[in-house]
Formats: sequence, structure tokens, C-alpha cells
Amino acid sequence: MKLLYFAWIRARIGIPEEDLSLPAGIVRVDQLVDWLASRGPGYAAALAERGSVRVAVNQEHVGLDHPVRDGDEVALFPPVTGG
Amino acid sequence: MIRVQREDFDTAAETERLVGGQHDIGAVVSFVGLVRDMAEGAGASSMTLEHYPGMTERELGRIEAEARARWPLSETLIIHRFGRLEPGDRIVLVIATSPHRAAAFEACWFLIDWLKTSAPFWKLEEGPEGSTWVDAKGTDDEAAARWQK
Repeated sequence: MKLLYFAWIRARIGIPEEDLSLPAGIVRVDQLVDWLASRGPGYAAALAERGSVRVAVNQEHVGLDHPVRDGDEVALFPPVTGG
Repeated sequence: MIRVQREDFDTAAETERLVGGQHDIGAVVSFVGLVRDMAEGAGASSMTLEHYPGMTERELGRIEAEARARWPLSETLIIHRFGRLEPGDRIVLVIATSPHRAAAFEACWFLIDWLKTSAPFWKLEEGPEGSTWVDAKGTDDEAAARWQK
């Protein structure tokens, strides 16, 4: 799985992207976010404000109950502020 | 038409490119967003716009398609910049053209409102006190929600 991080989520995790193998049993976005938050202090800090974490799977906005698969491109970011 | 670019744009030239030689267009409405000085006199501030290459273009294309499905439009154009910008710089250009003004006005307003809440851009402001990520505004969500069917 390819993971991408943006804005202050990227800054707190410390890297813009990484390739990870999805552990068995993780099949939904909320499970993925919980697992990532357990990977270290940077991840925990980036994902602590769960209400401010938005997710895109394969470049489309999705909700927390959206399925995830190992070949997906998953992006985590704060609410967008363009325009 | 969608363009995501670091470079500035020329509003007049872009408008002319859309409407030049077309005789069925009766109305052109454009919106230009500029960088405001958020430091409010406390010193120079600039900002850096980060985006998600690939998803940005897809999301802007989706918004544009939605506008074209809702209103009888002739041409549409969205140009959004990224990278480092200074107060007064142009950030975004939205142009909607139509045979009649109501569709052009409404589509242009819809495009900028929806873009602000769904296109994956993030603003980092750099002022005299350091850098801060701009928070999303509830007023932007309300503006976008007006267009929900």
C-alpha cells in the first residue's frame, strides 16, 4: 500500500510518503488510521485529532468506513484550504 | 479546462482564449482569488500552497463536470496555483461562459465554493512569528452546502 501525507499531518509524521504492507485484519479506513497512530510518537501526534483527519483512497475523498486493500493509494490530510 | 501550475496567469489573455471567435457566448463571469496579507501590518507574510498532484486535477475535473451538468455552459476554466505566494499574488482563476448571464454567474460561484472545500490544497502561512497551517473555515463549508441538491 502506498501512503501519502500532506500539510501538518506530513510535518508531524516526518515523511511525505511510504510503502507499507497492510497487516492482516485491517480492511477499513478507520482501522488503518488506528494502526498508523500506533506506529510511533510522530504518527500518534499527527493522528491525535481524529476529527481533523481526512482520507482519500485512490485519489477520491472517502469516509472512515471505506474499505482499504493492499494495492491502494491512501492519503491522509487535514481539511483542505485551497481557493 | 483545468490547470494546476506554479506560474502566474493572465486573466485577460485566458478570457480571450476562451471566448475569442465564439459567437454563441453571451456572458463571461470570472473570479480571481488573491493572497491577503494575514499578518495585518505586523510584518511581511507569505504563504506556500501544497497540493496532492493527481488528485487535485481529478477533483477539479469532477467539480467542473458537475457545473457543466447543472448549467448550460459554453466553456469553463479553472487555474489554481501552488508553491510560494506573496500578498497580492493571484492564487486561483475561475471562468464560466454561457449564452446567458444567470448560468455563468451561478456556475462561477458554485465552482469556487466547491473547489474550496474539496480540492486538495493546503496553505502554510509564514509570518514574523513563524509558520502556521491555515485552518479550514466553517463559513466555507456553509458556502459549499448552499449548492447541495
